Amino acid sequence: MRPGPTGVGARKLPPGAGPLGATGVRHGSAPHSVARPLTSPPSRGLPPNGWSSLRRLPPMRDEPSPSHLPRPAPGGAAGEAPAVEIVGLFKRYGTKTAVDGLTLSVARGSVTAVLGPNGAGKTTTIETCEGYRRPDEGSVRVLGLDPLADAARLRPRIGVMLQSGGIYPGARAAEMLRHTATLHAHPVDVDTLIERLGLESCGRTVYRRLSGGQQQRLALAMAVVGRPELVFLDEPTAGLDPQARRATWDLVRELRTDGVSVVLTTHHMDEAEQLADEVAIIDGGKVIAAGSPEALCRGGAENSLRFSGRPALDVVSLLKALPVECTAIELTPGSYRITGNITPQLLATVTSWCAQHGVLPDRLSVERHTLEDVFLELTGKELRA
Amino acid sequence: MIADPTDTADTADTADTTGPADTTGPAAASEPAGTFTPRPGAAPLGRMIRAQAALETRLLLRNGEQLLLVIIIPTLLLALFSAVDIVDTGDGDAVDFLAPGVLALAVLSTAFTGQAIATGFERRYGVLKRLGASPLPRWGLLTAKTCAVLVTEVLQVALLTAVALALGWSPHGNPATVALLLLLGTAAFSGLGLLMAGTLRAEATLAAANLVFLLLLFGGGVVVPLDNFPGGVESVLSFLPVSALSDGLRDVLRDGAGVPWANLGVLAAWAVLGLGAAGRFFRWE
Ligand SMILES: Nc1ncnc2c1ncn2[C@@H]1O[C@H](COP(=O)(O)OP(=O)(O)OP(=O)(O)O)[C@@H](O)[C@H]1O
Ligand SMILES: [Mg+2]
Repeated sequence: MRPGPTGVGARKLPPGAGPLGATGVRHGSAPHSVARPLTSPPSRGLPPNGWSSLRRLPPMRDEPSPSHLPRPAPGGAAGEAPAVEIVGLFKRYGTKTAVDGLTLSVARGSVTAVLGPNGAGKTTTIETCEGYRRPDEGSVRVLGLDPLADAARLRPRIGVMLQSGGIYPGARAAEMLRHTATLHAHPVDVDTLIERLGLESCGRTVYRRLSGGQQQRLALAMAVVGRPELVFLDEPTAGLDPQARRATWDLVRELRTDGVSVVLTTHHMDEAEQLADEVAIIDGGKVIAAGSPEALCRGGAENSLRFSGRPALDVVSLLKALPVECTAIELTPGSYRITGNITPQLLATVTSWCAQHGVLPDRLSVERHTLEDVFLELTGKELRA
Repeated sequence: MIADPTDTADTADTADTTGPADTTGPAAASEPAGTFTPRPGAAPLGRMIRAQAALETRLLLRNGEQLLLVIIIPTLLLALFSAVDIVDTGDGDAVDFLAPGVLALAVLSTAFTGQAIATGFERRYGVLKRLGASPLPRWGLLTAKTCAVLVTEVLQVALLTAVALALGWSPHGNPATVALLLLLGTAAFSGLGLLMAGTLRAEATLAAANLVFLLLLFGGGVVVPLDNFPGGVESVLSFLPVSALSDGLRDVLRDGAGVPWANLGVLAAWAVLGLGAAGRFFRWE
């Protein structure tokens, strides 16, 4: 990583600045980064329409200098393969199809958030990547390796946080983390990690007496302590308080800065907006939309800009100043709304038009769709079984 | 506590320029490495297995119920039944009859009951699953579990021997034969314990393993001589692994016999059956 202000923190906006502020920075107006339309269910066996949008590997962050990437595993050219490459994955339990022709590619060094309603197939997909489940059909490659056939070579290179459990109920927190570190050749300093995740006060507490959030943090620490190239975090912030959630976010950001690829699942849309370079929304065992959070939000219903001013402004003249796809109307006398792709340039155009016409735009506000809006739009509002 | 790995010195602000050349590590680092800069790799197998065995032994010795099962109950049985003439243990000192039986019971409690219950709950709590994603191979985990069982058994045998000697026990026979019997017994009980832990629900394993322990305690020639049972029952009971073990130990330790081949044969058969079935049917999740 280049030193200096090119780190993630500088690229991503500071927390609270809104996830969409980065529009145009990472992807510009790349039209191909818009989520694919959700009609026409993909035919089985074939990649869903537009899944190429998943394979596009945008240089969304500073490209790590090649010398910084892990070398290919000895005897294999695996080093250049994507972090995860899933093509046409099917997984059935009896008559229930948990994963239904899922295709997903995760670029090295990126943070990918997998979203989806309960039972969508997120855990099944991730656990297939981790080598816990055998695909019924389709291919899964993790760091260029087959999670089952190459398990022994793959295991030391990935970090795993299960959706729940995985730790001896009678083991003390620090003891368990230290033990996990001992299984790896070059672990992270255990005390540093304990401090980072705020577990100092419960290092001697046995796992079953830790609070739910402390248990989650311990499991997270165990996933990263071995300095893996790729970590799978299944709902890493479920049950965390806001402070611990932010500590987890910071950790994930640091993982990315340090060149670790991260695949996480979450039900918190703000978390995906905050952390993810790429988002994949899964429903019914399929990827129904994917792209950067910005692209997904842009791809949904249009955003809008509202302001108040004198009644009966010359809307037609305003419209002429705007890009063609925009609309502008006076909703009620003196209250105006512009819809379209609201960019900083567009905002400047509107305010300079107002300046030319001697209008002070009052209560000027930009309304953008959040990832949650997009998610609900795509997956519907009904509860899942 | 497990000793710190020797090479955890890399921290956030340590340039990784002095690190050993390592095919799995980052290339010659011309830039400062971050805390999490990938540097994957499994620890040496020996170190992993040792650490895992140490952890499992510590967890066992820290667990109250397990201690009750593997230390307190055998010791109390030995002391109580030697001091008080409750059952007819035949000619000679009661302790000469009881000590070999209680040694067999100790192996049963650790290798079968304790291991079955602990492993059953590890499976239920996803511990085995999570370890499956760690660099420790499955056979390494099983080796470590066996080491933990053996370490516990060494402690048990030391304690029980000391208590028995204090009660006037005078053992005979070849210690190597005794060790062979204990090892084969451990293999037989481990196979059966793991079979149970890997196929039943954790609660069912808990109940069944305790029940089997109780039944074998009284019906396995541990504290009650098998010839107190009717002839037909006795011959069936003598094929139980715990009977074969206690009988073989008694032949050697009390009667100074040579190698009790028949008993070793029975134990070997149980070991092959149990370990084979466990290997075939064990489910990790
Ligand atoms: N071992 C299993 N046996 C039978 N069915 C299963 C099994 N594991 C998962 N399923 C089913 O597969 C579907 C997908 O489950 P999965 O755990 O992948 O969902 P998820 O997206 O992770 O959900 P959540 O957000 O609730 O964690 C569900 O309908 C679930 O009931
Ligand atoms: Mg899940």
